[in-house]
Amino acid sequence: MKTYEQINDRIASGKAVVLTADEIMDYVDRKGLEAAAKEVDVVTTATFGPMCSSGCFINFGHSKPKIRMSEAWIEDVLVYTGIAAVDIYLGATQLRHGDPANMYPPGEFRYGGGHVIEDLVAGKSLQLFALSYGTDDYPRREIRTYFTIDDLNQAIMVNPRNCYQNYNVAVNDSDRTIYTYLGVLDPRRGNATYCSAGQLSPLLNDPFYETIGIGTRVWLAGAHGHVYAEGTQHAGACERTPDGVPTEGAGTLALTADMKKMRPEFVRGVSLRGYGVSLALGVGVPIPILNEQILRHACVRDRDILAPVIDYSSDYPQKTGRVICHVSYEQLRTGEIRIEGKKIAVGSLSSYHKALEIANLLADEIRRGEFLLSAPIQKLPKDTAMKSLVIRKKPV
Amino acid sequence: MSQTLTKKLVLFFPRYDCEKPIIYHLVKDHNLIVNVYRAKVTPEEEGYLVLDVRGTEPDIEKAMEFIKSCDVTVNNNGKGVTWDEHRCTHCGQCVTHCPTDALHIVDAGTRRVEFDEAECIECLNCIRVCPFNACASAF
Repeated sequence: MKTYEQINDRIASGKAVVLTADEIMDYVDRKGLEAAAKEVDVVTTATFGPMCSSGCFINFGHSKPKIRMSEAWIEDVLVYTGIAAVDIYLGATQLRHGDPANMYPPGEFRYGGGHVIEDLVAGKSLQLFALSYGTDDYPRREIRTYFTIDDLNQAIMVNPRNCYQNYNVAVNDSDRTIYTYLGVLDPRRGNATYCSAGQLSPLLNDPFYETIGIGTRVWLAGAHGHVYAEGTQHAGACERTPDGVPTEGAGTLALTADMKKMRPEFVRGVSLRGYGVSLALGVGVPIPILNEQILRHACVRDRDILAPVIDYSSDYPQKTGRVICHVSYEQLRTGEIRIEGKKIAVGSLSSYHKALEIANLLADEIRRGEFLLSAPIQKLPKDTAMKSLVIRKKPV
Repeated sequence: MSQTLTKKLVLFFPRYDCEKPIIYHLVKDHNLIVNVYRAKVTPEEEGYLVLDVRGTEPDIEKAMEFIKSCDVTVNNNGKGVTWDEHRCTHCGQCVTHCPTDALHIVDAGTRRVEFDEAECIECLNCIRVCPFNACASAF
């Protein structure tokens, strides 16, 4: 048994034993669970993939004379101005003004909110255009200027939902190509797409939210941020394997960090043909090895994690709840799965390559004593399920 | 007997007048086996032709002289489709859509994606499906 304080002391003195979630299983197999739990201080987990429910708050500072922005665009991408005078929220999935979307399907969606966020973190010069109705104290009615992230007072990423614990595998049972947030799906189960780092993914290594909770310090695209709430649609009361590993979406995290400290290679705009724009983010979460049970959970392997295969041409949009079958991440990572006798080629939207890079970067930071762990100030719920939106004809 | 080679060519036509049937001459006069990947040659407009030619070295050399005499720009690098290693996140979305495995996962452990240009037939599927705009077409 170890405490957060003991682990942080070892990190601060540069003596912490840190392994990635990719390395820990073989290590435990060699050393045994009991010995390894004593020896290992931290296991690093990570993921890199599109996380639509992301965005950032920006404060521009005041122009002379002042403006109270009532509508604003960055690089022609609409931002939310329903807050204070020069505060805005820029969302990852907002389209650029004039984007034809799916007018001539499938749309290309080359640039949008996620790309603005990528360019901002990359230090590029961006155009701001804002309008106002004018007030006595904020008389300016229009502004057009150029800025970089260094000009801003604050640029703080605030993401309502990141790091889905597990995720669907999408196939297409119809007779035409479909365009989804899980990529282009060929007809008659021509291909399948998944989106999870599997055995490296943060919440799959802490299935019951024993160490990852509100207040947990995380590595968000290179910046040190934290979990500020349960993510939206967090549903800990889900179907699980006998080992407790969720076999559906389940838990999520709401994350925040300072964008001025982020690294552009881990903040990437996403164009999903026929669907829209999004933002891919790199997230690393350290798991303190406080006891044997926490370590045992962090030893989860791709073969023990099952993902539901769902038909995105019908069952997903119609919300039937039907699952064709479950497949393991070990099977998915071979690049081919077999369903009802048919071989299906498998692609991914989540980058295991980048996730591995992040798990190693975070492990190095911890070993150098540059990243200390924080205990959650509140646990994530395990007993909540996801509600549906009821269509009512009358007020409740 | 000289050895047979395969060479990928990208021809660029600056406002070509379409009068010379280039491919016909490559086959008939220079004994080349031609495999066209994609082409757009329209009168009074700029155009391109991406192809493989197979034949002996002297035949290919003579054919190249002929092509150049037609007021056509030849790009021997054969890059009609490019893959930007730095934009690629190695997600692997492209690999199931690439018919020749030009885009493929090189290492099962790290799941790194690589592009083997020699295998690319310029179907442009990768450009259609890459979420990170890592693949691009020269035309």
